[in-house]
Amino acid sequence: MKHPRLWRMNHLFFLLALLAIIFAACAPPAAAPTAGEQPAAPAAAGLPPEPGRGTDGELVLVYWQEVSILNPYLASGTKDFHGASLILDPLLEFNENVELVPVLAEEVPTLENGGVSEDLMSITYKLRPGILWSDGTPLTAEDVVFTWEYCADPATGCTVQNFVGVASVEALDELTVRVNFTDPTPYPYTAFVGYLSPIIQKAQFQNCKGEAAQACSEQNTNPIGTGPYKVAEFRANDTVVYAVNENYRNPNQPHFARVIIKGAEDASASARAVLETGEADYGWNLQVEPAVLLDMEAKGKGTIMSAFGANVERILINFTNPDPNLGEKRSLWTPEDPNPHPFLTDINVRKALSMAIDRNIIAEQLYGPGGKPTCNLLAGPPAVASTNNDACLQQDIEGANKLLDEAGYLDSNGDGIRETPDGVPLRILYQTSTNAVRQKTQALIQQWWKQIGVETELKNVEAAVFFGGDPASPDTYNKFYADVEMFTNGPDNPDPQQYLANWLCDGGANIPSPANNWGGSNVERWCSEEYDALFAQLRTATGEERNRLAIALNDMLVQNYVAIPLVFRASVSAYSNTLSGPNISGFETEEWNIETWHRVR
Amino acid sequence: MGQYILRRVLTAIPTLFFISFVIFALLALSPGDPTANLPPSLPMEIKLRVREALGMNQPMPVRYVRWLQQFMVNEPLNALEKATGIRIGDSENRLRITSWTARGKPVIDLIIERLPQTLWVVGLAYVIAVLIAVPLGVFSAYKQNSLFDQIASVIAVIGFSLPTFFTGVLVIQFFAVRLGWFPTLYNTTLRVTDWGTFIEQLRQMAMPVFVLAFFQIATISRFARSSVIENLRMDYVRTARAKGLTEKAVVTRHVVRNSLIPVVTLVALGIPGIFGGAIVTEQIFAVNGIGQLLILSIQSNDLPVVQTVLVIFSVLVIVFNLIADILYGILDPRIRYS
Repeated sequence: MKHPRLWRMNHLFFLLALLAIIFAACAPPAAAPTAGEQPAAPAAAGLPPEPGRGTDGELVLVYWQEVSILNPYLASGTKDFHGASLILDPLLEFNENVELVPVLAEEVPTLENGGVSEDLMSITYKLRPGILWSDGTPLTAEDVVFTWEYCADPATGCTVQNFVGVASVEALDELTVRVNFTDPTPYPYTAFVGYLSPIIQKAQFQNCKGEAAQACSEQNTNPIGTGPYKVAEFRANDTVVYAVNENYRNPNQPHFARVIIKGAEDASASARAVLETGEADYGWNLQVEPAVLLDMEAKGKGTIMSAFGANVERILINFTNPDPNLGEKRSLWTPEDPNPHPFLTDINVRKALSMAIDRNIIAEQLYGPGGKPTCNLLAGPPAVASTNNDACLQQDIEGANKLLDEAGYLDSNGDGIRETPDGVPLRILYQTSTNAVRQKTQALIQQWWKQIGVETELKNVEAAVFFGGDPASPDTYNKFYADVEMFTNGPDNPDPQQYLANWLCDGGANIPSPANNWGGSNVERWCSEEYDALFAQLRTATGEERNRLAIALNDMLVQNYVAIPLVFRASVSAYSNTLSGPNISGFETEEWNIETWHRVR
Repeated sequence: MGQYILRRVLTAIPTLFFISFVIFALLALSPGDPTANLPPSLPMEIKLRVREALGMNQPMPVRYVRWLQQFMVNEPLNALEKATGIRIGDSENRLRITSWTARGKPVIDLIIERLPQTLWVVGLAYVIAVLIAVPLGVFSAYKQNSLFDQIASVIAVIGFSLPTFFTGVLVIQFFAVRLGWFPTLYNTTLRVTDWGTFIEQLRQMAMPVFVLAFFQIATISRFARSSVIENLRMDYVRTARAKGLTEKAVVTRHVVRNSLIPVVTLVALGIPGIFGGAIVTEQIFAVNGIGQLLILSIQSNDLPVVQTVLVIFSVLVIVFNLIADILYGILDPRIRYS
């Protein structure tokens, strides 16, 4: 048979073309050395001996949740606060030892230096003189006042709670600003403190307040700031490129000329880019299986860093009856009818559930560098972390069984499940969000609870639904249509008052119900006058007394087994061994000191 | 023909309205909330306020009508304004469809930002796939059951039985992690200005293009092969050979021409898929294309983006169906629309 030459020619041509593409692709490029070719020593070549402004080239940060917006007051997730923190500065921030340090303020106002008023009703900040916005105009007290006005307007849809309790903010002169509170506030460092509430420029945002906030695309993606960087290019949900803010207050900083935040598929792809291929210098929030992560670290390209703030993974107990047969009254607490849970209202049952759990195994095997076992709901910072409950670290199945036996919960029909004296079997519906680590935790705990005669049904809900605010959804954590549920929470400020307020009863106003559109924070529906009274003392306490009260409140929660703390969670990140500077506390973004980051020399 | 096209276009309009409504209704009914990713410490009251500001508490029909007006009237007017530079009406206050996660960012701008990457990566993969697959299929068919055909068949079977999320990870592990040839993160801000950046662009496109093209070659070459085999057995081929035409003329002028008619329609129907991006592949290689936009928006419950992207897909599918039908009529004289 004849070979049609045309086809052979065609075939040859395509093969050649393909080869050409492959060769072109494999040729080592002049500009960017790839991971495989990178020298083993830190890339210090060509750098001046001391880092100066913009001397250290490019810094690549990889975020597997891409930055959507650079206005923190309209953030759609934690990553957006991080993206904004390179551009915008607060008045004060927390350093790596969780101490307040001034940023745009001249000093930290205190009672001693007169910055905080005697009656604890106001705090007065002096702005550092000579601070310029990246557009060259000076920062004034008016900008600070405007920032508050912007967020306080309910139509803005502001996503931070730092201004709760602020009555007004007024400019006393060009560089002095006073924050007035509605009540005496012994810890006044919430408004304008930390990455959650930086100062935005009035001139840029004055037409973007209220409803207009939603349409200010340009302002929201390219805010003018006082921080070390400004936006060079912004691609929503993908990449942010930052350039040096020429007007930054320290002429020697920042050291990197360009910073790029890039997206990646997931946490393990981020870890790979830093620890295996070396394409990125820093990877954020790497909740990757511990064994896999440590394997990657062993390749020697980067280091894993854990920052413990105060986030605790816990199991919340439902004190009301979530029985679907109750219809509208399901998980509903009212002062007239507390609708008690058939057995979880008995402290012995809650205690037994806690005793049966081996927190060490969960922390070691499922969290690795991302967590350590804890017996406290308030686990940090160290000054307010209680040491009175550490006995829970030891699993005690035998003791739990004994406790339930003595309390009268016996398995009378021999099916392996205990019953209450009234004959209600100890069956528990245990819900959490869909997440590999959480499902593994659920499976472990299910096993342990089985050993004390409690049958557990597991349920997981998509995070977007579980943590969402849709009042129509039956699956949000606030509706709590389950017996127990698990998630992470913690104070975002070293002062725990706002966090401890979550368990206030307030006559039921703080308990999620249709009356408040399921918006209350006391998700456990645990109503204790004693707790409310002790919390009232915290509202006015200062100094050591304040820490003592915080610990006492934590102990009251934990010893009543209102929620069962499991793991003190850290934010895990990885940075390249060629990078020097990352140093965090867990109460700021990892980039809080990015102006000092530089290449290892 | 003109009448046929007109009729098809007219029936497409109610179809589109129907599709857009179904998509909107499904999304509105599906659970999920854009406030779910906010820090855990944020109290529910504040989340409720954010929902209010995003306009989520309005009833579904109101939201649909508003979206429809924005999509059908406001956005085309804006596009027209941008293209011609002529101000039409009160353009400042014309509401645009904006994203919920990137608050205030018009959805159309997000799509335009991402279209080039998708067209480059997915489009190039498609072009390469077609260029390789069609000759491959034709040659396999012509040499049916030869060693070449056998090998091509095996590769094709592997190609469409391995999902891209598997080949993608495999390729990354081998070429990027082990060998270090290609980057794993696609640099979307790279601008090709000289030879160096061009090479870099090729390097970062190599893996996703390979993975996508491999998958598509398999499908298209199989299709072309069976079509050619079918035609080779036809009487007209025997007639052509009996007439004494050269083998080359028989194959190129008769067999290939006739057997490519269904292939052309297949290729045309695949084009909307290019604009749709490759959801899985784009996500694995961090290419910020339309597919990745869609998956991110679904994950973060950014309904305006999901809705708009899906409706644009529907429009493209309908348009390319029409084009495929018309092409069919032009290529195959036996088919006449009246």
